[in-house]
Amino acid sequence: MSLIATTGVDVRHGRNTVLTGVNFSIDKGEIVTIVGPNGSGKTSFARVLIGALAPSSGTVNRAANLRVGYVPQKLGDTSLIPMTVLRFLKLSGQTDPDKIKPVMAQLGIEDLQSRQIGNLSGGEMQRVLLGQALLCDPDILVLDEATQGLDQPATAAFYRLIEEVRKSLKCAVLMISHDLHVVMSASDRVICLNGHICCEGTPTVVSAAPEYRALFGEGTGGALALYRHEHDHHHDHDHHHQGHKEHDHAG
Amino acid sequence: MLDDFMVRAVVAATGVALAAGPLGCFVVWRRMAYFGDAISHAAILGVALSLMFSFSVSAGVLLTAVAVALMVSQMSGRSLAADTLLGVAAHGSLALGLVALSFLPGVRVDLMGYLFGDVLAVGKADLALIWLGALAICAGVGWRWKRLILATLNPDLAASHNVDHRRERVFLMLAIALLVAVAIKVVGALLITALLIIPAATARGFARVPETMVLLAVLTGWIASFAGLGLSLYADTPAGASIVAGAVGLFLAGSLAQKVLGR
Repeated sequence: MSLIATTGVDVRHGRNTVLTGVNFSIDKGEIVTIVGPNGSGKTSFARVLIGALAPSSGTVNRAANLRVGYVPQKLGDTSLIPMTVLRFLKLSGQTDPDKIKPVMAQLGIEDLQSRQIGNLSGGEMQRVLLGQALLCDPDILVLDEATQGLDQPATAAFYRLIEEVRKSLKCAVLMISHDLHVVMSASDRVICLNGHICCEGTPTVVSAAPEYRALFGEGTGGALALYRHEHDHHHDHDHHHQGHKEHDHAG
Repeated sequence: MLDDFMVRAVVAATGVALAAGPLGCFVVWRRMAYFGDAISHAAILGVALSLMFSFSVSAGVLLTAVAVALMVSQMSGRSLAADTLLGVAAHGSLALGLVALSFLPGVRVDLMGYLFGDVLAVGKADLALIWLGALAICAGVGWRWKRLILATLNPDLAASHNVDHRRERVFLMLAIALLVAVAIKVVGALLITALLIIPAATARGFARVPETMVLLAVLTGWIASFAGLGLSLYADTPAGASIVAGAVGLFLAGSLAQKVLGR
């Protein structure tokens, strides 16, 4: 049974139609990436999935007692409320220090634990947000453009981190992104969104699809190939993990 | 012991400060100061209405404050900014209240008490009302604590924890409305927001987690109450204003202490 499934989801903001007829489902352990240009409704769709936004029509079914680990683009103004990193992590519901410590170690945020969240750099904040999501012991991790504001090496490092933690947690991952060249090769399935689902399939199928090319142009094809090369280079061990999947990694 | 008006004043002021501490923190964290103003100004309309139709002033204030709170939360987010709507609600209800009161002969004297409070005139029934209200607010905030914090940090993060941020917002608005209803006798409609914001602002610089900030805000409110009432007793100053002045003094001392400590 799928973790979250939507049928015929429409989202309208006033007179603007943001999404029409989106049918979607994500299964246990699956990695799905949703790509789309600005204004394509991908953040609205993520908000529908986590229950922050009720669809104007259509249905959303979540598995019973589904635990969602959500990593927002950013928190907003965090300077007004006093909050240490450790206290923030405990909002996940996990308050046992012995359980929090290994997660902090894995994310490299142990030294930040008594810092105020309002004083963190962009990269530190994203790792702390990921930590909070992981400590929810999620069935599904939802990342909404979680690398916005990070430079290229930090983005690559962040995605490597997600692949790493996913291996130990075995949770499903849903990424909303426009950094196509970084995300795509790790995904089981890519959905190209622009108000509706334009095309979907394995990363290679989507990157070759005319609908995708029409949205993103030919240029990203090159970037995609470039990243795959890098991905091969740094992540040989990933291939064992992904070996059972049918899609082509080598590019 | 409660027969002494000064003792009653202290008990009343500490009760209000107990509830104003936690609510004030949320007002500061969520930038709701102007909302506090709107609710407390609505209280004057509530006073006018309850005097006109002769029912309990506390009930009238509570009802109008709740009505204005719900109205503002329904209307915000449309074509006018929230602070514009709050400006309409705040000054509109204050003006309407003052106009309505002018139709009632002989209540002009009482008006001062509702605008600026008259803590030295609280009776035993008022005390019971203040402390019941304050304890209810504290219990409510304690009960919803984690949900309120999540909703304050980020609405979508809250949603991923199955918390509806709109519901928490309405809860806070209703709690502030209740506080206004019980506090109007102590500090008056014009100074309630001060009692919400100033202790919380004083506590902010000394707290590293939200829980400490709430405790420090309550403590600041209590010290300000003692200091203000003391000043009022010895120098014959208006009690509500003196309490707020005491809180401002603590705020300035706190800011100075932080400068000196180099934080």
